[in-house]
Amino acid sequence: MAKFSKKSKGDSPAISTASLPDIIFMLLFFFMVSTTMKEVEYKVTIKLPEASEAKKIENKSLVSYIYVGPPNKSWTAQYGTKPVIQLNDQIAKLENIQQWVEEERGQRDEVDVPKMTYSLKIDEEVDMGIVTDLKQELRFAQALKINYSSKRITQK
Amino acid sequence: MARRKTPEVNAGSMADIAFLLLIFFLVTTTMDVDSGIMRKLPPPPQGPIEDIKLNKRNVFVILINKDNQVAISGQLSDVGDIRERVVEFFTNPTNNPDLSEQIPVLDKKDNELSKDNPDLDKIQIYDNIIEQLGTFVNITKGVVSLQNDRGTAYGKYLEVQNEIVGAINDLRDDLAKQTWGKEFKDLNEEQQDIVTTIYPFAISEAEPRSLAN
Repeated sequence: MAKFSKKSKGDSPAISTASLPDIIFMLLFFFMVSTTMKEVEYKVTIKLPEASEAKKIENKSLVSYIYVGPPNKSWTAQYGTKPVIQLNDQIAKLENIQQWVEEERGQRDEVDVPKMTYSLKIDEEVDMGIVTDLKQELRFAQALKINYSSKRITQK
Repeated sequence: MARRKTPEVNAGSMADIAFLLLIFFLVTTTMDVDSGIMRKLPPPPQGPIEDIKLNKRNVFVILINKDNQVAISGQLSDVGDIRERVVEFFTNPTNNPDLSEQIPVLDKKDNELSKDNPDLDKIQIYDNIIEQLGTFVNITKGVVSLQNDRGTAYGKYLEVQNEIVGAINDLRDDLAKQTWGKEFKDLNEEQQDIVTTIYPFAISEAEPRSLAN
């Protein structure tokens, strides 16, 4: 006790902030690990449908994304208001899909190619016409594993 | 310790640097988990398309028209009914001659054995079924056929898909629980093969065409 009071009597030391960076670093690492950088800039607006049977996609590095929806406000002047297909950063035509699939395959290891999944992020208001055409193109490109991206909801 | 005596480099600014990084990652983070319904597309047709002849009772037709109305076997129905109807169609508990045919697993095995080059993996699975579940297991011949119009909204289409997938998942989970007391996803590979052979994802999607009504 005597020792204690002696110390506190002198100049009271400021609380050490040396461990603060450690705490912040811990948070930082958590976010770094859990972060998925936004893959692309959306040029289309997409409101995903909801589904109770939706499952989490494993192995994100083997997933390629295709977006379908009406163009954003800033792109309506160029592409109109009809739903369009976006591959990577660009609005694409149906004819480009097979080539795009090949490019996506080229970026992966050869052994991983059969495991590749194509995630279709499609706005719920889009007509099935364009979706059917898209699926047809994917079939011809031998891209058969697809995932209808949807929000997971708990069963009613 | 030395810390007490000699004044150290001020570590206070370290926190600021870390904060800056932290905020950067906070802003760029999108925490959304990617989820969706997995499906497999049929491979592209090779050569002229042959119509596979299926007995009418083995096909469960679901139509969605351009006004997003759903018809089950030709009758206008509610999306909510699909799940129940599909389960009934696949299991056919009352042996209704209008619902799917049930093939005993022994017949399935004999059928596979009588082929010119029998699929050994399949026979192995059939043997596993007989061993683990007995010989009275039936395998359905049923297929759900989903047809939609080009004008159908994608949201409605997926809602229907979801119900069909849900029905099959329910069947699988029921079987898994009855036999092993676990959910389907917790089974081992051999058990999963058994369940998926009994209840396959038998969904066929017609080539697109325009439906008048």
